[in-house]
Amino acid sequence: MNVNTPSKLEKMLAAGNLAVTSECGPPRGSDPEVIVEKAKLLKNHVDAINVTDNQTSMTRMCSLAACIRLKLLGLEPILQMVTRDRNRIAIQSDILGGASFDIHNILCLSGDHQSFGDCSKGQNVHDIDSMQLIQTVRHMRDEGKFLGGDEIKRPPQMFVGAAANPFADPYEIRVPRLAKKVAAGAEFIQTQCIYNLDKFEDWMKKACDRGLHEKVAILAGLTPMKSVGMARYMKNRVPGMDVPDEIVKRLADTPKEKQAEEGINICVEAIERLKDVKGVAGFHIMAIEWEEKVPEIVERAGLFPRPSVN
Amino acid sequence: MIVADKKPIEEIIDTVKDFRNILILGCNECVTVCEAGGKKEVGLLASALRMYFLQQGHEVNIGERTLERQCDHEYLEEIRDSIDHYDAVVSIACGVGVQFTAEKYHSKPVYPGVNTLFMGANEARGVWTERCQGCGQCILAVTGSICPVSRCAKRILNGPCGGSTEGKCEINKDVDCAWQLIIDRLKALGRLEEYEAICPLKDWSSDRAGGPRKVVREDLKL
Repeated sequence: MNVNTPSKLEKMLAAGNLAVTSECGPPRGSDPEVIVEKAKLLKNHVDAINVTDNQTSMTRMCSLAACIRLKLLGLEPILQMVTRDRNRIAIQSDILGGASFDIHNILCLSGDHQSFGDCSKGQNVHDIDSMQLIQTVRHMRDEGKFLGGDEIKRPPQMFVGAAANPFADPYEIRVPRLAKKVAAGAEFIQTQCIYNLDKFEDWMKKACDRGLHEKVAILAGLTPMKSVGMARYMKNRVPGMDVPDEIVKRLADTPKEKQAEEGINICVEAIERLKDVKGVAGFHIMAIEWEEKVPEIVERAGLFPRPSVN
Repeated sequence: MIVADKKPIEEIIDTVKDFRNILILGCNECVTVCEAGGKKEVGLLASALRMYFLQQGHEVNIGERTLERQCDHEYLEEIRDSIDHYDAVVSIACGVGVQFTAEKYHSKPVYPGVNTLFMGANEARGVWTERCQGCGQCILAVTGSICPVSRCAKRILNGPCGGSTEGKCEINKDVDCAWQLIIDRLKALGRLEEYEAICPLKDWSSDRAGGPRKVVREDLKL
């Protein structure tokens, strides 16, 4: 794997190590300490930290500012960017803003619909989509040009990622859709939370059959369950989520005070199993408002200490 | 057709309550077909307003008229002789009709009696659904004749997004996922391999983004 950017995540993957990423959601306020504290919980146990972009359309501190906070602390942020809230001017402008702080990773997303959030009466933008955002960043980086054709002085050097949901419908185009993102220029993929391991492995196998694992680094996404209530919510209420009945049952059969621990066990077991799946290049651990558990998961899954890369 | 829905009567009353000579102006085109602003609805609205003013103890003259179209000079001219009998007009045509009426009768207040919604089809009795947003640069040729601009909640040109579940959109289980429809259709046409072609960034300058749009046909001009 050639290295195209100064991204630490890219180097980690190029060195053949299983990468570990996690995420923190910026606060619903302007206190910088919130994001800094969350990041400190993660920093020794992950290679890079995603900073979410107004996830579920709830208005929060912007991803870019929070990424800059992390970068100034010497951490490796992944700038999540959704196409919901920005037209192509704002997108390119924010990419350059991130690049000016040497933010070297970006995750290109379309974003949850605004009807889920606190501004359901607002407009959405969607001037471009997530596929086209991948193309846009690659164009700016590789051609050194704006979409309008003018030259960029000091182009962004960003390792370009995208999301993939192996569990959304229709299933038959899930691998073709991944292929499309790779063709658009995605260099790493972070998947939707995996609970249905069989289905994920089938998707992964089909991706490998097309040789996609050689063109893109696929990080398996995992979110530990805190309770059976969370499992049921994820199963029934979160679009595009596949939570098998046996996971719900396993948590339901666990005494309430031990469900969180069992959720961690399920997550660690999943990582252990997926480590050996062909094409899995690492893990993206999304412990939602539970960042303090990430070190334990990483350690118990045998992914600690993190290898060093230059 | 252009699909519209009746405004709540309270809202209409609030706009015209101070007038004493009111013309209810219907349109015989789209709004008649979607049963929001045709001759029948003119009659219903006029009756409702008469009832209201009667209860308020006001004697109010409410005229009823339905034109062939409110988006053509020719038909709007038909009320020129009678417009001066009224202090206000409630047009229950689409937003085009309301504006064109107002432009033609510049000193007459014209109020909308419907909410204009979208360009859509009559899917079933009493059900209309959106099909077109008039983006000005039709891409139906590459999307299996199903429009992601008007039918995807995120107007994603390379869909579906991760929120597509069992053929439905993440925003509402009653809304079809446009990209599921596109994929089903490409499959039916034996063209599923076309799914992998990346749709490039769209030129939105022919859409609302480019400002008010205009078509000039030199071959048709007088």
